Amino acid sequence: MAFSAGAQELTVMSWGGAYGAAQTEAHVKPWSAASGFAAKMVDSDNPATPIKAMVEAGNVTVDVASLEYADAIRLCDEGLLEPISIDDLPAGADGTPASEDFIAGAVTECGVSTDIWSTVYAYNDSKFPGEKPTTVADFFDLEKFPGKRGIRKGAKAVLEVALMADGVPAAEVYDVLSTPEGVDRAFAKLDTIKSEVVWWEAGSQAPQLLADGEVVMTTAYNGRIFNAAIEEKKPFVIVWDGQLYENEMYAIPKGAPNKDQALEFIKYATSTEGLRAQAQYISYGPARQSALKDELLYKDGVTVMGPHLPTAPENMKNALETSAEFWVDRNEELNERFNAWLAQ
Amino acid sequence: MADLTAAAPAAAAAATAASAATLTTADGRPLKAALAAAQARAKRRAFLLVAPLLAFVVLTFIIPIGQMLDRSFHHDGFSANAPAVSAWFAENAQGTEPDEAAYAALAEDFKAMRENRTAGEAGTRVNYTLPETRSLFTKTARNADDLAPPFKEAFLAIDDRWDDAAVWQAMRSSSSAYTADFYLAALDMERAEDGSIRRVEENGRIYIYLFAKTFLVSALITLICLLLAFPVAHLLATLPMAKANLLMILVLLPFWTSLLVRTTSWIVLLQGEGVVNELFIALGLIGAEGRLQMIYNQLGTIIVMTHVLLPFMILPLYSVMRVIPPSYARAARSLGATSWTTFRRIYLPQTLPGIGAGSLLVFILAVGYFITPALVGGADGQLISNLIDFHMKNSNWSMAAALSAMLLAGVLVLYWLYDRLVGIDNLKLG
Repeated sequence: MAFSAGAQELTVMSWGGAYGAAQTEAHVKPWSAASGFAAKMVDSDNPATPIKAMVEAGNVTVDVASLEYADAIRLCDEGLLEPISIDDLPAGADGTPASEDFIAGAVTECGVSTDIWSTVYAYNDSKFPGEKPTTVADFFDLEKFPGKRGIRKGAKAVLEVALMADGVPAAEVYDVLSTPEGVDRAFAKLDTIKSEVVWWEAGSQAPQLLADGEVVMTTAYNGRIFNAAIEEKKPFVIVWDGQLYENEMYAIPKGAPNKDQALEFIKYATSTEGLRAQAQYISYGPARQSALKDELLYKDGVTVMGPHLPTAPENMKNALETSAEFWVDRNEELNERFNAWLAQ
Repeated sequence: MADLTAAAPAAAAAATAASAATLTTADGRPLKAALAAAQARAKRRAFLLVAPLLAFVVLTFIIPIGQMLDRSFHHDGFSANAPAVSAWFAENAQGTEPDEAAYAALAEDFKAMRENRTAGEAGTRVNYTLPETRSLFTKTARNADDLAPPFKEAFLAIDDRWDDAAVWQAMRSSSSAYTADFYLAALDMERAEDGSIRRVEENGRIYIYLFAKTFLVSALITLICLLLAFPVAHLLATLPMAKANLLMILVLLPFWTSLLVRTTSWIVLLQGEGVVNELFIALGLIGAEGRLQMIYNQLGTIIVMTHVLLPFMILPLYSVMRVIPPSYARAARSLGATSWTTFRRIYLPQTLPGIGAGSLLVFILAVGYFITPALVGGADGQLISNLIDFHMKNSNWSMAAALSAMLLAGVLVLYWLYDRLVGIDNLKLG
């Protein structure tokens, strides 16, 4: 193809917005400057969809893609991604080998974590002058904290929150959710607030609903709330209790035109310095222990990132890692049930 | 003698043909051949003119839609990666208990799948039919080295679901590349363990409901658009040119504005602390506690979609009304018709081509909408296209294709009905 013939340029595909911008500034530009190899960033609604189409059609134009954890596993199992060995990845800045430096699950057969993001809930501080919500159960407590709730429209990361609010310990959530009774229990918990819920779909809607006063608290991606609170000085407070965190993965599509450079790029971007660089632009946590040792500052030079990251120890007290395995298996089935429940 | 009489007319005909053949053009070529050549040239030229458009339509429209339709009933994720056990299914009829030969074939397939890293692909296909089988496949493939005779015991040692009849039934229905499973699922049906077709459990039924709702909501939006657009188009068509042009710009301005901008503007207007509610409170129409819920529900979807689609109704109506001679209505009035009768029997029938075109346009656009319902639909404002979008994002393209194909079929049926009732020649798009 004429378009891809002169592919002496590394193409990275990510999600656009503040997230893509963070990866461009922290990874794409500096790597290109350091390696002397041209590199560019392209945006997609969800990189997994075009990657699947490209590999199946045998016309791959992307070298590195930023994928959701579940997609990185699914596409890998379907043979659409190049395997990456953890032994090829550089040791941490303090000399810890990569296999010990990365936190559990951050490196899979085909992907390496670029950051950890999480689904949390946040409230508008001005709406609760007295007692403040502090636990995931408070999100479902309409008596103590009256007002509308925003929740992402979909089964994933919603059923888990409902179970945790119903008193299921984080470690047991997926065991409970694997049983029909557990699913019923999650929907029963959602029933208790169904009439007060405003459902959102796009990530940017959550802070907007809070800002507009449409809801008093909402589930959201932590980075969106961080941006609204720090950049736009909104009175939003994140409740980390019951957070659901997840790795975001860099992966190489099978048949990438610049496979070797792609691996070099991933090594650079997921090194201690690469992960730290990204965390200066967006409040998603680095997946290497060595990257968290020294204090991190936001790009404004004032805000200390530590307490805003999902991986901060005080934020991890009651946290659950989203199970990619569970959702690859049951996303469709539970989503059908979820939509039927919504329509009731 | 009889032969001769029969031969006479034939000979005469031959003579006529011969004399026709002798007609030639000025340069001595037979007229017929010259004519045919000239016509063929004209046809070739016409075809060359159309060729770029034809190629464009075939490449960007017909081939992709064909591929999409193909995906809705063709998925070889399992059959191509598990050929041995697929062959076993082909040889053994429905209802056969899986024997050692079946497990042996499955073991052979799993070893190959592990080699080629395709267990996920095969498992994904089976998972569409029976949830939780995908992880069963990847787990078994990881342990494929343990698969040694007796195979059944070896499989059960990896996971005790391997003698589950439901798993074997799901594999059986995946073992042929051509399948109706996706259409079954799109109709809220599934296969029972004995292969018979049944409806899914009540709390999982969603598609038929959403199809019906999509068509109903679209019809309602079309009707509201028609009621709102008719007077506007009439005004545009009858006002003096200068004023009509100004009004036309007001119609076109939102038409040229991004869909997302218009949708978010409506959110600003209609939300709980939005402009409309504040205005009502200021006017004392409602109390501060009684704010109206006008968005993030079905009402919001209908309001916003009506606004977004309104120009598609106004423009065809306007183009038809503009050329209706006012003298017809005057003639009717002068013959004693009341203004209502004049409207009903003279004016309205003449606007039918515009009503038909506008309604068809609005309806067809409405059934495929998904951004607006996604953003303002809330719990009960979702339409079928939102679920098509969900399946696209989750890489279940076959399911998305089956749902799309059914939507397409529904629209074609309506189109056919329209042709039967009104006649497609009676359509004026502008």
